[in-house]
Amino acid sequence: MSRPAPGAVKAPDPAPATGVPDARDSRPERRPWLWVAWAVLVVLLAQLVAFVLRSDRLELSVVGEYLFAEPILDGLVTTIALTAIATVLGTVLGALVCLARLSSLAPLRYAAAAWIAVFRSVPPLVQLLFWFNLAYLVPVLSIGIPFGPSVGEWSANDVITPYTAAVIGLSLYNSPYSAEIIRSGLSAVPRGQLEAASSLGLPARDTFFRIRLPQATRIILPPMGSQVISLLKGTSLVSVIAMTDLLGAAREVYTRTFEVVPLLIVAILWYIVLVAALTAGQSWLERRFSRGY
Amino acid sequence: MLRVRGLGKRFGDTVALADVDLDVAEGEVVVVIGPSGSGKSTLVRCIDLLEDIDAGSVELDGELLGFRVDRRGVLRRLPARRTAPQRRRMGMVFQSFNLFAHLTVERNVWEAPVRALGEPLAEARARAHQLLERVGLGHKGDAYPVQLSGGQQQRVAIARALAVRPRLMLFDEPTSALDPELVGEVLAVMESLAQERTTMVVVTHELQFAREVATRVVFMDAGRVVEQGTPDEVFGNPRTERLQTFLQRFSAAS
Ligand SMILES: Nc1ncnc2c1ncn2[C@@H]1O[C@H](COP(=O)(O)OP(=O)(O)OP(=O)(O)O)[C@@H](O)[C@H]1O
Ligand SMILES: [Mg+2]
Repeated sequence: MSRPAPGAVKAPDPAPATGVPDARDSRPERRPWLWVAWAVLVVLLAQLVAFVLRSDRLELSVVGEYLFAEPILDGLVTTIALTAIATVLGTVLGALVCLARLSSLAPLRYAAAAWIAVFRSVPPLVQLLFWFNLAYLVPVLSIGIPFGPSVGEWSANDVITPYTAAVIGLSLYNSPYSAEIIRSGLSAVPRGQLEAASSLGLPARDTFFRIRLPQATRIILPPMGSQVISLLKGTSLVSVIAMTDLLGAAREVYTRTFEVVPLLIVAILWYIVLVAALTAGQSWLERRFSRGY
Repeated sequence: MLRVRGLGKRFGDTVALADVDLDVAEGEVVVVIGPSGSGKSTLVRCIDLLEDIDAGSVELDGELLGFRVDRRGVLRRLPARRTAPQRRRMGMVFQSFNLFAHLTVERNVWEAPVRALGEPLAEARARAHQLLERVGLGHKGDAYPVQLSGGQQQRVAIARALAVRPRLMLFDEPTSALDPELVGEVLAVMESLAQERTTMVVVTHELQFAREVATRVVFMDAGRVVEQGTPDEVFGNPRTERLQTFLQRFSAAS
């Protein structure tokens, strides 16, 4: 909603002069600190703008030159793809781990707790390096009956590329957080809602998917949004395993041209754009799922 | 129709129900009264399978609720997914309404008929609309529960419970969370159900309602059924001292 024009705000009808206090005659309280705060903000902004315009090291022209350059855009696509894949896989894994944690079967609960403990303890950088070097630990990957014959075998060196290592590492790193976020959402659904559903004889599946999950989603979305944003920034670690993401692309350019700061600014600008887009998506989803609250 | 025998329920060291027997015949309106903590809510929650019972049995139309007898004659507690059909035969109205907050009023009413009974959507919606009209809320179908007053929410909750065509309606203090001026509209709906000979078990502190609508009044204290009879017997001629004290305290309060 837009604010009415200033003219419309000021007393449309003056109150009749009866001598009794009348809200129509009132004016807003004086707020001197408001103007001080504005002044400080304006000065700081002016300083920033002056710094940007005057600095010759910022090389804004270089920033402009590379902002839409092909290697940078390729890196940007890699960053977006990695974030998207690791978000989806991490959330699916997290959902499974969460269901296992809430399961009535004790072995599943223990396995889920162990999973969360392990993958939450290992820093993401360490996980990327570990998965990238998996071939050293397990030279041959095989699928088959445990301790029995195998159905298929692959050389770990062929399977583990920088890309798969990045996807595996980031998804696994993401999964325990997703699991805990989903669990906190599911447990926050009021008991009465579930009692009402079971009292109506709603089958367990429908109770979960139509009552519990939609209500939990409202609670899950804000922390999940932050989690996706951290993951997006976490993808910048993949350059250590020779992947060219947004940051990697910027680095490749500046190791050639030595224009370090302008290229970092290119990367920063794109990260800001990506996070802004994610934030917009998140608020849209939050609005959708807060219907009825 | 409903037969409760030797029902017992404890929460840790608290005995909430001890050896409760209760029979409800078709078309009866049984009102359960008693002091706070006497086990009234626990009783209706046990009947509705919201609590696992510790002793005794509950039967509806001759069918044991919440258990099955296996081939060797061993009694086995049914898992939640197996009790859904049994729960559907009872409708429960909660003190705190418990309407599904993320669904519109109309959808609150048709969700269970469509998902649980497999009614076609169009049919279920038409019936949801009818039920809402019947509780005086035909125009509120598209609203969300938060947009309704407490009394309106509770009337929706009644419509929702009726939508699965239950054999028996259970009410746990349906008006206790309401402002005094909203109590009447909910009691009116319940009274109209009683006139259509809906079988009901009603926990309430509205003694006036008990007097006028109940076919039988059950007085509970400390987890036991202490006295029961027609409203005239129970209110006009209380036999036990506990009921006399309870009624005195009540008339003094109101
Ligand atoms: N979930 C629970 N956990 C532990 N104790 C409980 C639980 N539910 C009920 N109780 C206990 O069981 C006893 C009976 O409680 P119940 O809610 O059935 O009483 P009530 O007659 O419905 O009381 P009120 O009129 O206050 O609603 C009380 O002592 C109560 O503290
Ligand atoms: Mg109670």
